[in-house]
Amino acid sequence: MPAIELHGVVKRFGPVTAVDGLDLEVPKGICLGLLGPNGAGKSTTMRLLTGQALADEGAITVLGHELPAEAKEARAEMGVVPQLDNLDVDVSVEDNLAVFARLYRVRDVKAAVDRGLALARLDGRRRDAVDELSGGMRRRLLLARGLVHDPPLLLLDEPTVGLDPQIRTELWGLIDSLRSRGTTILMSTHYIEEAERLADEVALMAHGKIISRGKPSELVAEHAGRETAEVYAPPERLAEVRAKAEAQGLKVRPAGPAIAIVGSEKAQDGAVPPEAIRRAASLEDVFVLLTGEEAE
Amino acid sequence: MRRLEPAAIGGVMSREVANFRTFWKSTTFSSVLEPVVYLLAFGLGLGATVVNRVDGLEYVEFVGTGMVATAVIFSSVFPAMFGTFVKERFQRTYDAILAAPVDVEELVTAEMLWISLRAGVYGCFPLFVSMIFGLDPAPGMLLVPIFCFITALGFSGFGVAVAASVAKIDQFNYVTTLFVTPLFLVAGTFFPIDELPLGIRIASQLNPLHHLVELVRGACFGFEATDLLRVAFLVGFAIALWRIAVNRMEKRLID
Repeated sequence: MPAIELHGVVKRFGPVTAVDGLDLEVPKGICLGLLGPNGAGKSTTMRLLTGQALADEGAITVLGHELPAEAKEARAEMGVVPQLDNLDVDVSVEDNLAVFARLYRVRDVKAAVDRGLALARLDGRRRDAVDELSGGMRRRLLLARGLVHDPPLLLLDEPTVGLDPQIRTELWGLIDSLRSRGTTILMSTHYIEEAERLADEVALMAHGKIISRGKPSELVAEHAGRETAEVYAPPERLAEVRAKAEAQGLKVRPAGPAIAIVGSEKAQDGAVPPEAIRRAASLEDVFVLLTGEEAE
Repeated sequence: MRRLEPAAIGGVMSREVANFRTFWKSTTFSSVLEPVVYLLAFGLGLGATVVNRVDGLEYVEFVGTGMVATAVIFSSVFPAMFGTFVKERFQRTYDAILAAPVDVEELVTAEMLWISLRAGVYGCFPLFVSMIFGLDPAPGMLLVPIFCFITALGFSGFGVAVAASVAKIDQFNYVTTLFVTPLFLVAGTFFPIDELPLGIRIASQLNPLHHLVELVRGACFGFEATDLLRVAFLVGFAIALWRIAVNRMEKRLID
């Protein structure tokens, strides 16, 4: 039985359809990256899984519990790390953890708090108010709060959004250690590198639907081939190169000031100019090709 | 999992306690000082110069007992309105709590209980202060925290429901001006309402604050049989506003 199952799920907000016939299964023990641009429906999907949003159509099952009727039971077995920091800033680090240990009905609250402090590496700051912590410490505490009851399933909603690269890398290490412990993780993100680094499988989401899914390497092979050639040149020259590549059926995408010819290993007759920089195709190529959005 | 689990309600209240420990001094300071100022202004100032006795009571006793209601409404409606709005909109606290095995009904119940417990305690402060100014202790006063608690349940429910209904925090001004302040006009807090026009006297019977004032005076100076009806009214008020608050918050918090 998968940890998470969504079948034909639709969620509308007035005239806007945020989730549009979503089918998604997350097997136990993997980290699935839900990758998509802003507004793709990732956060709404997360809220549907916690029962904080109710689907207009479709069926949702989490750890064998049917939602929304058994949402409370499902929530008892999952941890949630939100996109926005909603810690109690005036309260101490240990009290933040203790409150959630009680909310999750943990029997030995003290042991759970100690475990959380160790995970977040905040042992020495246990009595400090959250307000006194750095941004990275607060994110680690948020993660520890979501794991205070040692859940088998963890929902991470954009876990490193807005963080600087050093803190992001630090958090990735923490998430990676959870994955290796066998915790099932569903992680929404719009950072390509995050999905590539952490996810066993990636589901690309756009306009409320999954548009492609697989292991990162499989997705790259299927949609982007082996190689991408990036061309940096004046706009007129880029237009000329693009036209030539597209005439050969190659996919071309914008890449900041450049263009990227995806699957350039198939190019013939000088479709890839000599000044192009050749590199291995990446998940970013897939993301931009399939969603039409610039990657972050 | 069943509805209204004590563990869920206790968990939410434990969060409130943890937060309260960080600001209890300032809240308690104003809760004690406010009745002192009012009693000096109304009880001693007005009582010594303009009004001597009201309804057979020294004016300071009349105002001191009436101020219990003031303390209860101020320590229930406003924390409920502002606290709920800030936690929901700005701090996103409820998003965190509702991601745990807690439902909206438990969340609202816990919030109302906590606010009402506090109001039950703070409501007694004017009585303590009044004793310094000459109010005699009476055994019935032991029931005052209970009366305050029940009344505060209704008013905190009102505050939560309002917070779940407004779009902007500024809109609380309308609620305060249109609904909260007028309650004092027909409560019998600072002046008796027996001599007021019939319409106002009828309106006072629909005012929970008035029933609290009368119950507190009953506790201090002797109950009447009709006081049981007042308790029943306040219990009904609390239950009705609890359900309205839960309903409004479900609409606000669950998409």
